[in-house]
Amino acid sequence: MTEARWQFRSKQEALRRGLRDGIGVPAAVLFAGMLGFGALGHSIGLSLALTGSTTIFMFALPGQIVFAEMVALGASAWLAGLAAMITAARFLPMTLTVLPQIPAEHQSRFRYLTVHMLALTSWAVAMRDFPKMEPQYRQAYLIGMSAACYGCAIPGTFIGYLLAGQVPVPLTLALLFVNPLFFFLTFFEVKPVANRLALVFGAAVGLSVYVVFPDYSILAAGAVGGSLAYGLNRWREQRTQARADGLPR
Amino acid sequence: MSGEQALLGLVIAALGTYLWRFLGVAFSGRINTESEVFRWMSCVAYAMLAGLVARIILMPIGLLEEASLLTRISAVTLAAGVMLWRHPRFGGLVPALILGCVFVGGVSALG
Repeated sequence: MTEARWQFRSKQEALRRGLRDGIGVPAAVLFAGMLGFGALGHSIGLSLALTGSTTIFMFALPGQIVFAEMVALGASAWLAGLAAMITAARFLPMTLTVLPQIPAEHQSRFRYLTVHMLALTSWAVAMRDFPKMEPQYRQAYLIGMSAACYGCAIPGTFIGYLLAGQVPVPLTLALLFVNPLFFFLTFFEVKPVANRLALVFGAAVGLSVYVVFPDYSILAAGAVGGSLAYGLNRWREQRTQARADGLPR
Repeated sequence: MSGEQALLGLVIAALGTYLWRFLGVAFSGRINTESEVFRWMSCVAYAMLAGLVARIILMPIGLLEEASLLTRISAVTLAAGVMLWRHPRFGGLVPALILGCVFVGGVSALG
């Protein structure tokens, strides 16, 4: 890595740095996103307790939105629950890419609990900033960052619910746009070519599949778009390698 | 849906969401960050995220539909320009995020 390393003297310091970094843009993004979700819960007639509980126990905004909309439409409990589960499938590749960057001996004993606080936001930041710090401090930094996100998301949901209907539509629209725009902007900081290709293919496949099978668009984007990107990059690397070796193409 | 049904749905949704996180932690110890499997999983994760984000921006459901497609695309383009602008104060992530969201809200307020 050519980037300057962040120097930490202790895990406590890494944890505090994670908390502090988290309370900036990542928590603001989640807070705004959850304000929007709380307002949605109110507008479709869910109770405050149910709306808030989805944030506390699911903590996965797209799944929460799907769940809330299906409950409001009167779908069965099983169908609404399973639909939310499908949209949450992204947590598998997310945890599988972020946790192996933390050495086993430095992983928290409570990682089965702390993983519940992992959000897309903290994942995106961790993927970007982990290379800047020594591996033994990554777990503490991630826990700090995740706790800041989780801690801001819960009051965000309740405040959004209670404010719903009292906030003008333009402000609600601006809040609803925070989440997608934040993720779109972090795409510009993705460096590996394979991952950049994955962003392009994922968007293309996701949109195409959404038109026909909306429920499976996210899964298809990952499985098909991601694999295409991986394969294309592999082929590209092998071709470059073959050229470097002086072999015919 | 009754209160009990909603509670059952919540339990299924919460366990279903946690299941993926649990599996990720359980299998993460066997994955090497230099391995091809890791590189493939990274592609899958970024592709899922891109699929989700593209869908929300271009084909939103709910209130965000109130902002026209042109408004949403203009906001994203403006924000991307600011994101890539190397100005120490007015370029980068935070100004871009603020500009894009204020643009969407502002167009709605004026229209």
